[in-house]
Amino acid sequence: MSDATIDPVTQPAPKRSSLHQTDARTRKRNAAEKRFKAYGICAIAVGIFFLVVLAVSIIRSGLPAFTQTVVSVEFTMTQDQFDAAEGELFKTKAYSAFFNNALVETLKEKGLEVESDAKAFERILGKTGGTLREFYRANPDELGKEVDFELSASSRVDGYMNGRLTRDNMEDSRFLEAADLDIVDAMITAGIIKETFNWNFITGADSGVDNPGGAGIGASVVGSFFMMLVVLCLSLPIGVAASIYLEEFAPQNKFTDLIEVNISNLAAVPSIVFGILGLAVFIQFMHLPQSAPLVGGLVLTLMTLPTIIISTRASLKAVPPSIRDAALGLGASRMQAVFHHVLPLAMPGILTGTIIGLAQALGETAPLLLIGMVGFVARGYPEGFISGFTDPNSAMPAQIYTWAARADVGFYEKAWGGIIILLIFLLTMNILAVILRRRFERRW
Amino acid sequence: MYDAPKLETALDQQDIKISADKVQVYYGETHAIKDVSVEIEDKTVTAFIGPSGCGKSTFLRTLNRMNDTIDICRVQGNILLDGEDIYHAKVDPVQLRAKVGMVFQKPNPFPKSIYDNIAYGPRIHGLANSKADLDVIVEKSLRRGAIWDEVKDRLHAPGTGLSGGQQQRLCIARAVATEPEVLLMDEPCSALDPIATAQVEELIDELRKNYSVVIVTHSMQQAARVSQKTAFFHLGNLVEYDDTSKIFTNPSDERTESYITGRIG
Ligand SMILES: Nc1ncnc2c1ncn2[C@@H]1O[C@H](COP(=O)(O)OP(=O)(O)O)[C@@H](O)[C@H]1O
Ligand SMILES: [Mg+2]
Repeated sequence: MSDATIDPVTQPAPKRSSLHQTDARTRKRNAAEKRFKAYGICAIAVGIFFLVVLAVSIIRSGLPAFTQTVVSVEFTMTQDQFDAAEGELFKTKAYSAFFNNALVETLKEKGLEVESDAKAFERILGKTGGTLREFYRANPDELGKEVDFELSASSRVDGYMNGRLTRDNMEDSRFLEAADLDIVDAMITAGIIKETFNWNFITGADSGVDNPGGAGIGASVVGSFFMMLVVLCLSLPIGVAASIYLEEFAPQNKFTDLIEVNISNLAAVPSIVFGILGLAVFIQFMHLPQSAPLVGGLVLTLMTLPTIIISTRASLKAVPPSIRDAALGLGASRMQAVFHHVLPLAMPGILTGTIIGLAQALGETAPLLLIGMVGFVARGYPEGFISGFTDPNSAMPAQIYTWAARADVGFYEKAWGGIIILLIFLLTMNILAVILRRRFERRW
Repeated sequence: MYDAPKLETALDQQDIKISADKVQVYYGETHAIKDVSVEIEDKTVTAFIGPSGCGKSTFLRTLNRMNDTIDICRVQGNILLDGEDIYHAKVDPVQLRAKVGMVFQKPNPFPKSIYDNIAYGPRIHGLANSKADLDVIVEKSLRRGAIWDEVKDRLHAPGTGLSGGQQQRLCIARAVATEPEVLLMDEPCSALDPIATAQVEELIDELRKNYSVVIVTHSMQQAARVSQKTAFFHLGNLVEYDDTSKIFTNPSDERTESYITGRIG
């Protein structure tokens, strides 16, 4: 009724606009939205760019660690020659001389003349005499038979083979001289030098500081594995139990508030502090063995616990309280409500948190430096290693750190190769986290 | 035909199931329930009405000690179930809640199958000795929840996949599966459409044969339709408690009258 009496002067008619024309406000809003999307895409692109740069540089620097240059020479050593060599004062020198002779002969057969220069051969192939002597002392029945003897070349030759080292960029040193490359070229022409996959890098143990070619990461993978086992077996039950108690049972008071604040703070404590703590408590006070995966695992457990507790509590909190009410209202005890209903719903979050905590622990180096799991050259590997939580060992990141700190540039590519292995493990763990999450997630 | 059972109910109605005496509830400093005394009868539907925040839910939750889960909540006074003090130190609230079931405002089925939703209570209370027993209980409860026909073909489908009204009836079926003696319902129809509401109301009337039902409701019509007794709460006080017909036709307190005629609340 009153509509009809509206005065057109005091009550202006509403402005009519066409839907086919975007007005200024909408245009501005759309532009802002487009800009925001563009920023997002830029950010992602930058991220991907750096990821690719990182991946490429890691792979380029690390791949050579997985190949190894070997020289194979066929020869026969007779019993007489063996006895003669054993009779010498410098026995390994005699073996070296014998080997060098065989090498020169092999090249000669292919029509290549090289001067027999014991020093040059040693720079290329290392101390061949010792290797040869060890072989024949271990396998005396090979005497008098023709053997195809494979020797790994030095890391410089390795570098020359895969292009890291060229005639232009090399400097003469006690490790390799330019003239030595002529011998290597001759070996290449003769076809007795080749690159093979370096299984030793994956399965072997660390070598001495002057032998980058023989260094492997296998022992420290085993060490890391034992540590992760300790971390998983301790931090998962302790962390989950603590979170359930704090979240579902503990009364809300000053004391639990204090605990809560402390846990959050612990998550931010630098890992080296945990290392010092481990050194003081586990090694000096409790007299647990040094350099042992058990101690490393204990220290990393301390570090991982806050992460697990925080993520577990967050996922427990995310379970709607109505589920707890439903269970309690039916006469379930608190524990039944938690274990039958709340925990299964929180499981994906707990698992993800745990695996991320483990992955962090796997990549942690600093605390291991303090409990002596670093700079450790394995002797007698693999005996004793597989057996133990308490045998001295290293861990992957600590091993990488050791290699990166060594003077010989041959260790440089080993460090990168170690990083590739470490990243493969981390990637596997993260994929596992995603799969478990999917597996346990209830979409209903 | 109808006379005999009616007489029986009339006789049963004399029994007092729950008797609350001078109950006070505090949330920290807030005095949420002030000096409430009420006697809830067996095999009767009792409605709690009152404006929002007057303490209906709070009082309902004191009847099965669900308030124990709230740290800051304190309850004083006596509440007797069949003459036994439910706040006595010897009483395990878990045992009490098996006797006094509860249906919540928002349907809250477990994210499990329909079958497991119903079977959960009987399982933890050991009501079934075999799988066959359990099957019988599940079917009986779903029938009493007036939802059997809708779900009998998909007992192993998730309970959360049902519609809101079906979920609420599932929750009621779940509550009756544990064979409680008292059923507390906190605004069970507030999230439901009129058809589902009518189904739930029918169900409540059905349940009255076996249980004492206490229902909190926002709707005066609902209270008038389903209940025999009505309690009107206002600002934490129990203003009036009487036969439903009396409350709605001839209330003795003027606050009750204002509320049911729509002047407060
Ligand atoms: N968990 C709680 N903590 C603190 N105060 C609460 C809590 N639950 C309810 N209250 C307070 O108690 C009073 C009664 O609430 P409630 O029983 O939920 O009312 P109703 O169900 O009648 O709407 C309100 O003032 C409310 O703020
Ligand atoms: Mg309420």
